Amino acid sequence: MAMLGSINGVLMAGLDGDNAWRLKDYVARGGYVQLRRILENKLAQEEVIGEVKKSVLRGRGGAGFPTGLKWSFMPRSFPGDKYVVCNTDEGEPGTFKDRDIMRYNPHAVIEGMAIAAYAMGANRGYNYVHGEIWELYQRFEEALDEARAAGFIGQNILGSGFNFELFAHHGYGAYICGEETALLESIEGKKGQPRFKPPFPASFGLYGKPTTINNTETFAAIPFILKMSGEEYLNLGKPNNGGTKLFSVSGHVNRPGNYEVPLGTPFATLLEMCGGMRGGRKLKAVIPGGSSAPVLPADLIMDCTLDYDSISKAGSMLGSGAVIVMDETVCMVKALERLAYFYHEESCGQCTPCREGTAWMYKVVRRIENGQGKPDDLDLLNSVLGNIAGRTVCALGDAAAFPVQSFTKHFRSEFEYHIEHKTCLVPKDVQWAGSGFHRIPA
Amino acid sequence: MFAAETIQKFAREVAKYPADQKQSAVMACLAHAQEEKGWLPAEAVEAVAAYLGMPPIAAWEVATFYNMYDLKPVGKYKITVCTNLPCALSGGYHAGEYVKQKLGIGYGETTADGKFTLKEGECMGACGDAPVFIVNNRSMCSHMHPEEIDKLLEECK
Ligand SMILES: Cc1cc2nc3c(=O)[nH]c(=O)nc-3n(C[C@H](O)[C@H](O)[C@H](O)COP(=O)(O)O)c2cc1C
Ligand code: SF4
Ligand code: FES
Repeated sequence: MAMLGSINGVLMAGLDGDNAWRLKDYVARGGYVQLRRILENKLAQEEVIGEVKKSVLRGRGGAGFPTGLKWSFMPRSFPGDKYVVCNTDEGEPGTFKDRDIMRYNPHAVIEGMAIAAYAMGANRGYNYVHGEIWELYQRFEEALDEARAAGFIGQNILGSGFNFELFAHHGYGAYICGEETALLESIEGKKGQPRFKPPFPASFGLYGKPTTINNTETFAAIPFILKMSGEEYLNLGKPNNGGTKLFSVSGHVNRPGNYEVPLGTPFATLLEMCGGMRGGRKLKAVIPGGSSAPVLPADLIMDCTLDYDSISKAGSMLGSGAVIVMDETVCMVKALERLAYFYHEESCGQCTPCREGTAWMYKVVRRIENGQGKPDDLDLLNSVLGNIAGRTVCALGDAAAFPVQSFTKHFRSEFEYHIEHKTCLVPKDVQWAGSGFHRIPA
Repeated sequence: MFAAETIQKFAREVAKYPADQKQSAVMACLAHAQEEKGWLPAEAVEAVAAYLGMPPIAAWEVATFYNMYDLKPVGKYKITVCTNLPCALSGGYHAGEYVKQKLGIGYGETTADGKFTLKEGECMGACGDAPVFIVNNRSMCSHMHPEEIDKLLEECK
């Protein structure tokens, strides 16, 4: 089953059976009608971009940048190759929505990319797929073959004279390649080290050519927006937060999984759709937008609606829509230790504040967790993260700092308790009891 | 150096990129090379570089940067366990401990019979199905509770 639950589902509606991902099924659901309509009627590029602008579709990869506006930055009349690139390098801890889009609706991504290419005058594209989902990379290649054979991508698409060649490229284990310029370096066959911006990809992108990068979910929404109109899509959500969004819910709920709901849906409704808290335990905290988003304590998140504005007002980010739910069995120091380790491991190392800062943060949080914390360690952490923010080439530095900052702010007493008593507030036998692993090793 | 079938796969990858950008295929070619050899010996990395007409050092930079390339021999079955936080909340950490106990090795180690290598991994983009493993970089296993782990280890002949 594609979705565990949805309200007004769009992207993931009607995906029944094992062949839902096939071209035949996609066409039966109304697929490729929009691409055909645009090409047959020779719709003006501005008109397509205008519709996307009206929808207020905000980028689903994390930053929430308005998609129509981004598309309008492309120098459409620039001679020579121009690229559209899809970011399916889903590696932000907690996020697993693009995987399900690839699994059940890959042709929506292909059609969305082809429409994007038309609107921006691009002639080539790549979908960069997370190396860990190899089976879905292969499936995507098969879907590309189907689309090519049916004339939806390639040369002279549907006899219109419009050309768009699209291929899949896979990653091989590097979180940083989700950052858009690292991803371009990676497609060029290099180490995935982010580029300094500006210049932005719209002027200097893949192979130095104008390039637009969007997330998988962003592209997949495009055919549906053109089908229902930008205005109708916008109205599914709320002002400034158009449409529906896939939320990947992980952690201590009864039914972890993907849920598609309109932006603006109360968090409490989503929690209910997930069958509530596992074992009926109490909600302690939620990271609402992937591990790089600041954590929110239960009382703050319970008052939020799931949209960019509400979550940001509460002090966090909607990010990729990865909702990590933690109950009262979680030791916040241990939880942060694991995240700090992740950012330290995945820093690409080219900026000193990030390379050294993530190493320091991990070292200090680890010693607090191990009962060797020092009284001024929390101040030390604060000064380390202050030295990262705003001083790095890419946003991974900030992403590493947010969890440290928010965990130590909202759960400061737990960190202080660890430092003072050399042990955890949450008794050892209770810790991880929420994990549901059937036989806990001694 | 490589089987004809692998060379065919290389050619297919190269065809995806503009004619003057063969280097773009390096990640995919290294992955195919690793699939054939079981790991990436120096000669394989250098042969891929030669095939693509790029300096060996450039291929080495790629092979060392990305975590899924194995620059040392690994067991017949390389099991990577996701222990990142979202998975850990649903048993990812425990699943790793359970496999360690069963195989008698730690992360980064290989069993004496050369059959299993165990690795700790980062988010695989499948956190809703935790605990999650990947076997030999290719096949993902979901909901790996003790019964499923026992079954997987038995199936690895
Ligand atoms: C460290 C880091 C990791 C990222 N990982 C991803 C990712 O896995 N998928 C993604 O779509 N965007 C990711 N992004 C955001 C991209 O840089 C980019 O903003 C996005 O792909 C643009 O698409 P959108 O506007 O459709 O969201 C990441 C950014 C950073 C700084
Ligand atoms: S901030 Fe970190 S990950 Fe980003 S470019 Fe600098 S060192 Fe690399
Ligand atoms: S945290 Fe394990 S797959 Fe995402």
